[in-house]
Amino acid sequence: MSTAYEYSPDADRIMAVSLGPQHPGAGHFRIRLWLDGDYVVRADPDPGYVHRGEEKMSEYRNYIQNVPHLERPVILDSSGILFAYSLAVDQLMSNNIPPRGEYLRVIMAEFNRIISHEYYLGILALFSGHTTMITWCMGDRDLFIDLAARIGGARVTFAYVIPGGVRNDMPEGLHKQAFETFDWFDKRMDEYEKMFFRNPIWEERSKGVGVLTREDAIRLGATGTVLRASGVAHDIRKAEPYSVYPELDFSVASLKDGDTWARAYVALEEMRESLKILRQAFKNIPPGPVRLKLGPQPRVPAGEVYARTEAAHGEMSYFLVSDGSPKPYRLKIGVPSFKNMRVIPHLLKGVHIADIPLVYWGLNYWPVEADH
Amino acid sequence: MLPANSDKVAGTNAEQRRAVANNPQATPAPSVIDVGPSVSTRRPAPPLDTSRTINLADEIAGRFPSAKIDYVRPRRVKVTVPPDKIKVVALYLRDVLGFDHLNVVGGTDYIQSKEFEVVYFVGSISKRGQEDLVIQLAERVERDESPKVPSLTEVWTAAEYHERETFDMLGIVFEGHPDLRRILLPEDWNDIPPLRKDYISPGR
Repeated sequence: MSTAYEYSPDADRIMAVSLGPQHPGAGHFRIRLWLDGDYVVRADPDPGYVHRGEEKMSEYRNYIQNVPHLERPVILDSSGILFAYSLAVDQLMSNNIPPRGEYLRVIMAEFNRIISHEYYLGILALFSGHTTMITWCMGDRDLFIDLAARIGGARVTFAYVIPGGVRNDMPEGLHKQAFETFDWFDKRMDEYEKMFFRNPIWEERSKGVGVLTREDAIRLGATGTVLRASGVAHDIRKAEPYSVYPELDFSVASLKDGDTWARAYVALEEMRESLKILRQAFKNIPPGPVRLKLGPQPRVPAGEVYARTEAAHGEMSYFLVSDGSPKPYRLKIGVPSFKNMRVIPHLLKGVHIADIPLVYWGLNYWPVEADH
Repeated sequence: MLPANSDKVAGTNAEQRRAVANNPQATPAPSVIDVGPSVSTRRPAPPLDTSRTINLADEIAGRFPSAKIDYVRPRRVKVTVPPDKIKVVALYLRDVLGFDHLNVVGGTDYIQSKEFEVVYFVGSISKRGQEDLVIQLAERVERDESPKVPSLTEVWTAAEYHERETFDMLGIVFEGHPDLRRILLPEDWNDIPPLRKDYISPGR
């Protein structure tokens, strides 16, 4: 522990405070803050309160047993974290996923992106005092959870995307409910924009807060909405197209401002793009099988692979080393929230204490994911 | 000590705000959605062949004779360099080849060959046309109680927390790291680092 400020001659002036881990504004996460009056002079994130040792657990389980526990760190975006894992295993096994399986993976990943962004916008609005927005977001989020539950069978942890394809086909007659939801949600997002994003009070509150420049975003390794709100149109779905994303028409939302408002707005634009993807995917989904039969204990050839996808929080990457046995030799999970964590002390330095929740929740940061 | 932008936060132009509130049409124009080159949906995806990565591997191997190219695949190159050369190679990757975005740092315990491997996964953002490539810059160090490798935080600031995680999980000491301490494990952890292969999880 660094004690630079605790015993400095300014000790009576600088105050060390812990934000979290029980504080409702911090999640399962602690930020050590050094304050000068109302301003933060130094911030030190202290993760690890919900560390579960996912990487060690993976080494004791085979490739299929690993599916359910790997989605636990991001239950908001369970298909996002499993998509990258399945991609890594598929690449090592040279699996050719049936097209219908690929489409279903994309559909679930985009459902999860909307579910996760809705949660993000709701919590951000809650902590900036906008109570209407959180009730709207949490309510609308449920529509997509309902759709995803009809495909995946559960409400949050679907364990749906698995190596070799997806777990099961989607039910008959989902199209009608899906397109009704999409049409309604399209209009709803325009209302979000009017009611929340163009709300003069919230605009004033969030614009210019926590500005991250393009250079800093790259230097600090930011990903996801944080990176794209700082003027970098980098999205793995475009940069390194995987699955059936090359067949789908969508664009990458990116803003140059780099503040909390821009980060939230990028999330809104991404939900609009997700709807575009979902409409096309539902229209174009081909018939056929949805997965390969790999058996309960697939053998993965020896070798190593690095696969990455664009999950809701940012770039999700897996480094998988296999020694040919039924269990991974080493599985390194590169979670987006851990990558974005380096941005927290950079942005919190110098902000007013009242802006901490706006900066912190604006980062689309999920402590459980960071701790993996 | 007020931050530089404090006046911006506090400065409320009530008249302007009222004007906007009364007339939704007068809301400021939406910020421009920046559609960069990697964004155009009509552009075909980069070819999935090894020509670009072979060029890249040749360039690195030609410049650094001590670098060993482990494999070249579409979009991936793995280079292993001796730990004392890694900083030079990293600087070359960042400044000459444009690999400026550190994705993640991984570490593996190869207990049978008595080695640790540390891998830096570096992507590229600023240089156009290679957004899909990832260079895996690896180094191998002998397996003992506290193996030492140089820290690359001066090259990629983003490595700071990733190296702390590798230190925490595998006990690899990154020399020159500004603040090397535990990040995920509890502070009173007094067992061997958990991702070493000779650590057995409780109950296993």
